[in-house]
Amino acid sequence: MIKIDVDMNKCQHYGQCVFEAPEVFQLNADDKLEYVAEAPDEMLADLEAAADVCPMQAITITRA
Amino acid sequence: MTDAPLLIVGAAMAGLRTAESARRAGYAGPIEFLGAEAHAPYNRPPLSKELLQTEGHGHDEVAFPIRSALEQDVTWTLGRAAASLDAERRVVTDEAGDEHPYRALVIATGLRPKPLPIPDHGLTGIHVLRTLDDAVGLRSALRSGANVVILGSGFVGCEIAATAAKNGCAVSVVTQSAVPLERALGPELGGEVRRRHEAHGVRFFTRDGLFGLVGDPGVERVILTSGVMLECDVLVVAVGSDPNTEWLDGSGLDVSDGVLVDGGLRAVGDDGVVRSDVFAVGDVARYPNPLFDDVARRVEHWNLPTETGKRAGQLIAAHLAGADCEPLAAAGFAPLPSFWSDQYDMHLLAFGMTYLADRRELVAGSLDDECVVEYHRGDALVGVCGIGMRSLVQSYRSRFTVPTAAV
Ligand SMILES: Cc1cc2nc3c(=O)[nH]c(=O)nc-3n(C[C@H](O)[C@H](O)[C@H](O)COP(=O)(O)OP(=O)(O)OC[C@H]3O[C@@H](n4cnc5c(N)ncnc54)[C@H](O)[C@@H]3O)c2cc1C
Ligand code: SF4
Repeated sequence: MIKIDVDMNKCQHYGQCVFEAPEVFQLNADDKLEYVAEAPDEMLADLEAAADVCPMQAITITRA
Repeated sequence: MTDAPLLIVGAAMAGLRTAESARRAGYAGPIEFLGAEAHAPYNRPPLSKELLQTEGHGHDEVAFPIRSALEQDVTWTLGRAAASLDAERRVVTDEAGDEHPYRALVIATGLRPKPLPIPDHGLTGIHVLRTLDDAVGLRSALRSGANVVILGSGFVGCEIAATAAKNGCAVSVVTQSAVPLERALGPELGGEVRRRHEAHGVRFFTRDGLFGLVGDPGVERVILTSGVMLECDVLVVAVGSDPNTEWLDGSGLDVSDGVLVDGGLRAVGDDGVVRSDVFAVGDVARYPNPLFDDVARRVEHWNLPTETGKRAGQLIAAHLAGADCEPLAAAGFAPLPSFWSDQYDMHLLAFGMTYLADRRELVAGSLDDECVVEYHRGDALVGVCGIGMRSLVQSYRSRFTVPTAAV
């Protein structure tokens, strides 16, 4: 499993991550980020891509 | 020399992304980073924002994570600048005279701030902002009550102004333009940005410039070309950047304005011939983008080190595996530039090349609150920028497409 952590003090809800891994990250109706905290190992590349494109560098990916 | 590494000159964001991508695309051989800064790659945008206002923040707070793929067979030579390139011998010589042979070379040396446009007479208190060390130095100067004069009203100048105002400094912005961010965003949004800064006490001296400096040993006053004299403890020069390509002089590459590359990020010689083993990525690279037209440009937005690095990494892996790179290169490169800026509680987000526009249109909201502005050149949409309204701005991404060739 991969653990996903978003530092909500840093996140500015830009939504860039949503385009790399929409299964995990979404902007809700109020333009706020929502995400799931765990994902299968096959998603590692997409999740690293999402972490890379986050302007606030708010996303941490760890392999549990 | 089959054991020579993939050599990446410039150990920052674009170089890092290129290395990650080359690994992902199957290159398992040695990688060497040669970087002028003493620090491992880190993220620059916070340097004009959080890090500039948060005492104690340093490399730990802005360092990029090093992914597991780069833990093996990677050498970091940091605090050492490249001095010259011999592309025939495939060797880079550094400032200490040491030679770094390579199988493939990545040029990722980015930009540096343009200097003060008038003589500085050796005065202290004059700053630029590009590196972590610059930011730490500037931060200690932005004490509450300090008189701060910022020359230039682009993104970096505006963000420093906002941070300094929040820190309690008395801030003046001196700019050639009529409004801040004029070139990037046009007069309407630029005017709104000015109003928001003025609401925080920032003063603007537009269509103006620096005439002279007074002080000893530190700057105390600046005299503007309009004749106005401003008290000044801290002078920040934020008038744009120049590409770091001096080390490539005489290498045979076209470095007339950054490093000219083809759609595969491969360097083009001044003879017009593409070099199959030399690549350029990030802010230093100049390339055409078929989303807009066929003019080669340098684009200084944060998402492009990643986009150019990803693409270059794929070609590098193919080249080093002995594969034919032409089909990959011919697939074209059309990344959508995206940029953002945070000033006070205003969050700007933009896609495209807003500065190419000849016409702008407010399509949602109002300027003094949240809004979205479209940028058009002739009939074509070339950019979009919003204050807030994230979902709407994001929804434009799919509207930038490569025009199908006219039949
Ligand atoms: C203060 C600041 C704030 C920013 N904020 C934003 C923002 O909010 N939004 C946005 O979209 N973009 C922003 N940007 C732009 C973004 O950070 C850049 O596009 C990005 O840093 C470019 O990365 P790069 O790796 O191409 O180049 P650089 O980050 O410039 O890295 C180049 C590296 O090469 C090294 N080098 C130079 N010459 C040599 C040599 N001869 N030998 C060896 N090494 C060398 C340099 O020391 C440097 O470490 C900001 C930039 C700055 C400076
Ligand atoms: S990209 Fe980063 S800042 Fe933007 S919504 Fe995702 S986590 Fe938040």
